[in-house]
This record gives sequence, C-alpha cells and structure tokens, in this order.
Amino acid sequence: MTRPLYGLLAEFRSPGDLVRAAHEVHAGGYTKVDAYTPYPMEEVIEALHLGHSHVPKLVLAGGVAGLAGGWGLQYWTSVIDYPMNIGGRAFNAWPAFVVPAFETTVLFAALAAVLGMMALNGLPQPYHPVFNVPGFATASRDRFFLCIEAADPKFDREATGQFLRGLGAEVTEAEE
Amino acid sequence: MASAPHTEPRIIGPGHTFATVTDKIASLVLQKKTPLGWFVGFAVAFGLLQLLLVSVALLLARGVGIWGLNIPVGWAFAIINFVWWIGIGHAGTLISAILLLLRQQWRTSINRFAEAMTLFAVACAGLFPIIHMGRPWVGAYWLLPYPNTMGIWPNFRSPLIWDVFAVSTYATVSALFWFVGLIPDLATLRDRATNKFVKILYGMGAMGWRGSARHWNNYEMAYLILAGLSTPLVVSVHTVVSFDFAVANLPGWHATIFPPYFVAGAIYAGFAMVLTLAIPLRKFYGLEDFITDKHLENMGKVLLATSLIVVYGYTMEAFMAWYSGSTFERFMIWNRMFGSYGWTYWVLLFCNLLTPQLMWFKRFRTRAGWLFAVAMVVNVGMWLERFVIVVTSLHRDFLPSSWGMYSPTFWDWATFLGTIGLFLTLFFLFIRFLPAISIFEMRTIVPEARLEEERT
Repeated sequence: MTRPLYGLLAEFRSPGDLVRAAHEVHAGGYTKVDAYTPYPMEEVIEALHLGHSHVPKLVLAGGVAGLAGGWGLQYWTSVIDYPMNIGGRAFNAWPAFVVPAFETTVLFAALAAVLGMMALNGLPQPYHPVFNVPGFATASRDRFFLCIEAADPKFDREATGQFLRGLGAEVTEAEE
Repeated sequence: MASAPHTEPRIIGPGHTFATVTDKIASLVLQKKTPLGWFVGFAVAFGLLQLLLVSVALLLARGVGIWGLNIPVGWAFAIINFVWWIGIGHAGTLISAILLLLRQQWRTSINRFAEAMTLFAVACAGLFPIIHMGRPWVGAYWLLPYPNTMGIWPNFRSPLIWDVFAVSTYATVSALFWFVGLIPDLATLRDRATNKFVKILYGMGAMGWRGSARHWNNYEMAYLILAGLSTPLVVSVHTVVSFDFAVANLPGWHATIFPPYFVAGAIYAGFAMVLTLAIPLRKFYGLEDFITDKHLENMGKVLLATSLIVVYGYTMEAFMAWYSGSTFERFMIWNRMFGSYGWTYWVLLFCNLLTPQLMWFKRFRTRAGWLFAVAMVVNVGMWLERFVIVVTSLHRDFLPSSWGMYSPTFWDWATFLGTIGLFLTLFFLFIRFLPAISIFEMRTIVPEARLEEERT
C-alpha cells in the first residue's frame, strides 16, 4: 500500500535560485508552500509572503506579566504579608522594587520569546514528512528546498511537478 | 547580508562555502578520534574540579572557618571570586547580543563559545555566594521568595536580594539564548551523524528543526528580541553587583562611579577571557580561517577601550576621595596605595593600566602570542581589582579598634582553583560535544550567501 502524498519537494543548489523560485511559486498562486534553508533568509520569507511573526506580541504579554508579577510579589510580601521595619525604610520602598521587577520582566519576556517561538513553530516535532526524502539532510548543509503541499488547492501532481522542474529544480515526492 | 569588500581584512578565510564551513565545524564534534591534547587538558581540568569537590565538602562539614575570612574582612575570597567570574561572563553576552544589534559581523564566529563561557562563568560565580552561607540549605529563605513554614519573606530593600534576582535571571536568559542559537546547529549534527545513537541524541536537542522558512521567521524574531532583552539585562547585572558595594556606607565602596565602572570592568575582564580561550582553541583545532587575525585585533581594541574606562574609574575613585574632603575617604585611598596591601594596588595598575596600552600598536594586536600574554595579565589584574576593592576597604574602616588583617588559607585558594577546574571541565566538554562556532550563522557570511543583485 502506498502512503499518501505530502507534497512535492524541489531542490535548488543556490540561494538565488530559491529566491527566484519562491517569487514564481507565490505568483503562481500556491499558498500551502514552505521553504527549507540552511540559514535564515529574509528574501525567501518576503517572497512567500509569510507575514510578520507573532513572537513580539507574546513577548509583550510575557514582559507585562513579569512586571506585574514581580512588582506584586514585592508589594504583597513587603507591605501586606510581612511588613518589617528595617532601618526605618518605607514598607512600600518602590525605588528598591524597581530592580527585582526589572529582572522578572526580562525573565518572563525571554521565556515568552523562546517558548512562544517553539509553540508557534510546533516544536518539538519528532516527525515530519519532508524527512522521508532521502536528500533532505542537505537542507541543514548547503541545499535549498521548496515544498508545495498536496493539500494546496492548486496542487496537481503532474502540473505542479512540471512547474517546479521548469524553475530549475530537482523534484522529489514527499510521502506522509 | 552585505559582506565587507575584499580590501578589508577578512572575517572568514578565502574559499569557504556553505559546505566547507558546515563540514569543518561539524567535524570537530563528529570526528571519530578525540585528539590526545583534549584528554590531557581535560584531565588537568577534571583534577582541579576534584579539588573543588573536596574543598566544598570540607566547607559544608566544618563551616566557613576553614577560610581566612573573619570580621572585619567578612567577604574576602568568596565575593572577590564571585565578582571576578560574573564579570567574565559579561563579554559573552556583549558579543552575542550587543554586537548583534550593532550588526558587527565579526561576532559570528566567536559568539557561540563566548556564550558558553558566560554560562560556565556564571555557574562558577553562583557557587560562591551559596557556599559562603556555610549552610546553604538553611539560607534559602533569605534569598528566594518561597512560601515557608515560618511565614517570612526576603527583604526586597536589600541589594543582596537584587543580586539574587539579577544573577539568576542572567543565568536563565543566557542559557535560553545559547540554546536557541544551538537548535539549527543541533539539526545539522543530527543530519550529519552516522552513529544512530548520536543521531538520536542530537535529534532530541534539535526538536525536529528542519529549517522551514516559517520557522526561521519566528526564530529570527525571537533571537533578535532575546538580543534586545539581554542588552539591558547584562548592563543591569553588573550594576546590581556594584550596588552590593555602593549601597553600603563603607569608604572605598560608597561611590556613584561604581555601576558604569563595574560594567566596563566586566566587559574588559570578559574579553580577556574570550582571548584566553579563543587563541588556544583556534590553534589546536586549526580554526584560523574562522577566528581570523581580524577577530583578535578587534578584541584587542575592545580590551584597550574598556581598560581606559576602567582606569577612568580608578582615577575618579582617587579624585573623589580627595575632593570629598572626608578624612575617611582620604585615608581609604592612601591606605589602598601605601597601606599593608599597597603592593596589590600597584600590581593592579601594572596589569590594568600599563599592560593594555600595548594594544595601541597593531604589531601587538595582531600577534596571537602577545594578545594571549596581555589577556592573562588582564585576568590577573581584574582579580586583583576585586581584591583591592573588597579587602583594602574592609580591613580599615572608621574605627581603628575594629581594624584587622586578612590572609587567605589553603582552602580559600583550593576553592578558587577548583572553580577554574569546573569552568575548564565544562568548556572542554562543550568543545567536544557541541559546535564551538555557530554553523548556521557562519553560512550567512560566506560569499555564496550573497544574492546576485548584491554581488556586484
């Protein structure tokens, strides 16, 4: 029994070829598309119109939570739950609270950045169909891939394959 | 992605491609045979680590009395070593975060091991305040706000609590930054490993990373934001460390120059340590193409610039002591220069004022041997700086009746040497099992990465 088709994987030898192909694929109306590159390429992200990342919103939320949590912890412990007169300093010594609150803000914002990035990317993800393609290991070395998923409304096994080969790629079928 | 024109000194050796940088750096980890030199170095480091274990075990059994500290010098080695190590860590964050935001491409080949250095240095630093408590398991409620059966909370108006928050946040964020940078490289190692067990191990670390453009989109944003968050964080950490001193009323500590002076000193000490590690690393692993003379020269320049800021700090300390008109402040600086520990001050000036002046000359900046020698002198100098600040200020305070002297014991030295063992052990393990240079970032600076329209 053959496994269902995930998509067509096109392999390019240079970053320039991939960027050109990405523009063509977007112009061709394909939407369920992804590229695989050995390093981050802004040009490809722009060419495929992947839009802006949502990480900054999560970081803002994390930072606000860290600030509120850090400040709240200090206020509650020092003023409400356990007020201690130390050297006559005010219980609500807000200038002193700035430092730990700043640190918790940074801590929560950084955790939000990393965990948010992982969540948005769906990591950890031990299995993905593109790994079934024998040459895909070079995507983390020196090859550039572009994948059009079978789920794309415009996808047609023959026509899409022809289209990708026309862009100068070696095309392989990726199975689920 | 624009690279420097070819007339400028290169930040990467000629002829490199995506494949060559990948293969070279990955081969350091995936090689079949570990070089003999690695075992020799690791054995020395591991031996020193055992000394740390013995020292800490004895400390926990017998208490801080095995160290030479006593009133009036109650801080001594524990805090000197803490500040020394934490300062060293700062260069790693500066390279990985601040130089990234400033688009300094030369940071690319040194950021990974500098970040590792940061983590290991912070681990060594964190150990000292903890073991300084003598019975750390009893001391946790002073430092960490956790609900305890006594119903009490830490005093958030104390700089020592600020320090706990700053250092623990710094350690966590540095580890996150380092790990995020490693993910794509772990994927490279997963894809290139031939041994199935090794493949699975790196695969777990890579978490299924496949270099998807959608992933890179979020990844780059997260990485940039982490750099942006780390920049004020790193400045805050040594500022808070300096508050441990500056908030106290002791002459020699109570100075407004402390925060900027400490931050500059931290970067200065850290770059010296980066050089100390980078020069042998590039020599023994043949990485001259990646850590080029241009990198060493740039680091030499940073060393010079930060040394001048540190020397400005020394000058201002002396000037303010005189200008304050305070008897105690004037006595403090006189005692620092000509008192019982006066020699440490002059050695300190030799290390941190005179020696870095060699960095004005290109001849010294571009020779690895000279740079290494200067870096070692600076490592010693920055340790002495903390000795001078901690010990000479404490041992002569306001009342002559409370004056005293401090001398370290064998166990003081053993603990300090032991943390050097811990640091080096971790570093040796790091260069053996993880890519010491960021592979994916190196790919962005090879000529191949320039798109056609940018190439001309």
